[in-house]
Amino acid sequence: MAQAAETRKRGKTKQPPADRDLLLKAYRSMLLIRRFEEKAGQLYGMGLIGGFCHLYIGQEAVVVGIQLALTDGDEVITSYRDHGHMLATGMEARGVMAELTGRSGGYSRGKGGSMHMFSKEQKFFGGHGIVGAQVSIGTGLAFSNWYRGSDRVSVTYFGEGASNQGQVFESFNLAALMKLPVVYVIENNKYGMGTSVERASASHDLSKNGSPWGIPGKQVDGMDVLAVQAAAEEAVAACRAGKGPYLLEVKTYRYRGHSMSDPAKYRTREEVQMMRSQNDCIENARRKLESLDVDEKAIKAIDDEVKRIIQDAADFAQSSPEPDAAELYTDVLLED
Amino acid sequence: MATQILMPALSPTMTEGKLAKWLKGVGDEVKAGDVIAEIETDKATMEVEAVDEGKLARILIDEGTEGVAVNTPIAVLTVNGEDASTAEPPAPKSEPKVAAQGTDPAAIADQAAQGQRKEAVEAAPAPEKDWGPTKPATVREALRDAMALEMRRDGDVFLLGEEVAQYQGAYKISQGLLDEFGPRRIIDTPITEHGFAGLATGAALNGLRPIVEFMTFNFAMQAMDQIINSAAKTLYMSGGQMGCPIVFRGPNGAASRVAAQHSQCYASWYAHVPGLKVVAPWSSADAKGLLRAAIRDPNPVVFLENEILYGQTFECPVDEDFILPIGRAKIERTGSHVTIVAFSIMVGVAMKAAEKLAEQGIEAEVINLRSLRPLDTATIVESVKKTSRLVTVEEGWPFAGIGAEVAMQIVEHAFDWLDAPPVRVHGVDVPLPYAANLEKLALPQPEWVVDAVKKIV
Repeated sequence: MAQAAETRKRGKTKQPPADRDLLLKAYRSMLLIRRFEEKAGQLYGMGLIGGFCHLYIGQEAVVVGIQLALTDGDEVITSYRDHGHMLATGMEARGVMAELTGRSGGYSRGKGGSMHMFSKEQKFFGGHGIVGAQVSIGTGLAFSNWYRGSDRVSVTYFGEGASNQGQVFESFNLAALMKLPVVYVIENNKYGMGTSVERASASHDLSKNGSPWGIPGKQVDGMDVLAVQAAAEEAVAACRAGKGPYLLEVKTYRYRGHSMSDPAKYRTREEVQMMRSQNDCIENARRKLESLDVDEKAIKAIDDEVKRIIQDAADFAQSSPEPDAAELYTDVLLED
Repeated sequence: MATQILMPALSPTMTEGKLAKWLKGVGDEVKAGDVIAEIETDKATMEVEAVDEGKLARILIDEGTEGVAVNTPIAVLTVNGEDASTAEPPAPKSEPKVAAQGTDPAAIADQAAQGQRKEAVEAAPAPEKDWGPTKPATVREALRDAMALEMRRDGDVFLLGEEVAQYQGAYKISQGLLDEFGPRRIIDTPITEHGFAGLATGAALNGLRPIVEFMTFNFAMQAMDQIINSAAKTLYMSGGQMGCPIVFRGPNGAASRVAAQHSQCYASWYAHVPGLKVVAPWSSADAKGLLRAAIRDPNPVVFLENEILYGQTFECPVDEDFILPIGRAKIERTGSHVTIVAFSIMVGVAMKAAEKLAEQGIEAEVINLRSLRPLDTATIVESVKKTSRLVTVEEGWPFAGIGAEVAMQIVEHAFDWLDAPPVRVHGVDVPLPYAANLEKLALPQPEWVVDAVKKIV
């Protein structure tokens, strides 16, 4: 697995990595996100997390599949449903959970919260609370790669709800004009808050939304992590080769409400139940691992490891002190 | 181990709810994600999902119970065939401990007050550095030279906006820059303010130093979300990790006969926002020195120019290193009878008024603010302590304007020195009309300033 990762890092043509190793890696990453989000929901219920909290449960294969195609230094930016993206880019569960509880050990030292977290180190640029705003910022991240002549790629995630925002189309135009290395990922989870995509978008194939600007697009099954990974490899390679932006519409589903306070009356319980029981991305991966003769103990070991990480994160998020009162005034402006 | 299921909070404001219905009964096996109960809040009926797996051992709150407080244990879950009847529910978790220091309102209020006091007692700044020989230059040339100098100095600086490259600038501010720096650093954009302001903000967050030219600030309203929500707030929201070194510049305020949608002063809009610096130059020296400082500043700077000033000529230092600090006002004319505070094109109006007043024996001190945020309160306070009278002049509307802020600073910091109430001179509180006579009636003229001064002197 390490060797496979090493080959990928160098970005050379390579043997297709053993599905098995890749899948085990993906399984662990998806499970980590799932368990993290379940714990976050629990802590929210206990009143330890405040404000808005948008859970990623159901969509894990999207960010995990894409991330498998990236190398160190590629930038990632997304909306407010961001906990999964942070974990996938390698940010620590402790720091993310402690930010959710508003503690000094959080990535933003408690000043950002669920929707506003960043990591310069992991090239994660947020965490944006304004629907669609991250799309033009993500295009700017790609611009900086273009300006510097680096081969880094910016992966810019947004929901199908945000895909109707004016600045998304402005960004498509700018990126296509300048041939910027940006992979736009529409996470189509079917509902923008409570409005279904059919009721919000006259475009029925969002992967074609960039076609007026000549942006190639592809629809991907977001419940199959390896399908996402394969599509992402292609998109990222095109960007790195200087061909300009690429658009992926990943079909996915969120099991939980838009945020915690969503009574979810816009869809039936049966619909949710059907998605969960018949096409869950983690269950899909687990079944496939079994079919590849992966030792059950290896899967159990991952389950146990993830459980430990999440428990540790939850403990840390409750024991880390609140930010000092003096923090109120810091980080407004940088000194010259 | 038995775990308690607690009454969950399902929204930021929920404190209690009704346990409407149990969907699982005692003895049922539940998996994480199973819906076990429905609760009703004032807003909606919502489902409670199990977060652990196990057997529902006891129900502690019957269905139909109203006013169940958040965090009250509502059921007990056991795992691994544990004996439910003897499983003692663990004590409910206490409220998260709050560090006294963190939320003590008195401590925070005290700190806030200290912040204000710090500003008040700050000594008047040392006199400005003498930059030596000067030569005449238009504001337009000064702005262009500032950009060229900074772009030669730092390869991360680039300019983008509508018509900045091949057209040489809608107002010819970027004349010649494309030739010198090429199309990678002088970038024509489509007419999409929201998109390119966001793009530039992303580039700045990733370490570049963009200069965004808005053809006028009227059009920047389309980009305001990116300027405020992204550029100004990210440093704070990221706990200090991600700065945004960017300049948003362009003409602000009324030009001439372009009517309401193209003639608005945005000074007080931007100056309202923590995380931004806001600069409004008057002379060529202001323009050159402050733009260089803005480009080097690690923070987002809104740089408000004025179209009518672009062609005006002022003496400007020739020193290659000439730069001015942001946050320092300039006393353009000294006087002892009244302090007139103005910025941008209104400094010229104030200077003309001061000449007329001098003819009548009234010596006005004219302060050119140059920087609106941070505001050089110390210089204004020092002046008012000498003159005991304040008149503010701005082109924008009066309500919640810069004049209102300056007057309030004086009330807070120099109340005892005032011999008369402060007076504001400002644009008339209407959308700017097109007709020549009406436009003139809407924008402050030197006579208005003279009249205002004479009311209180």
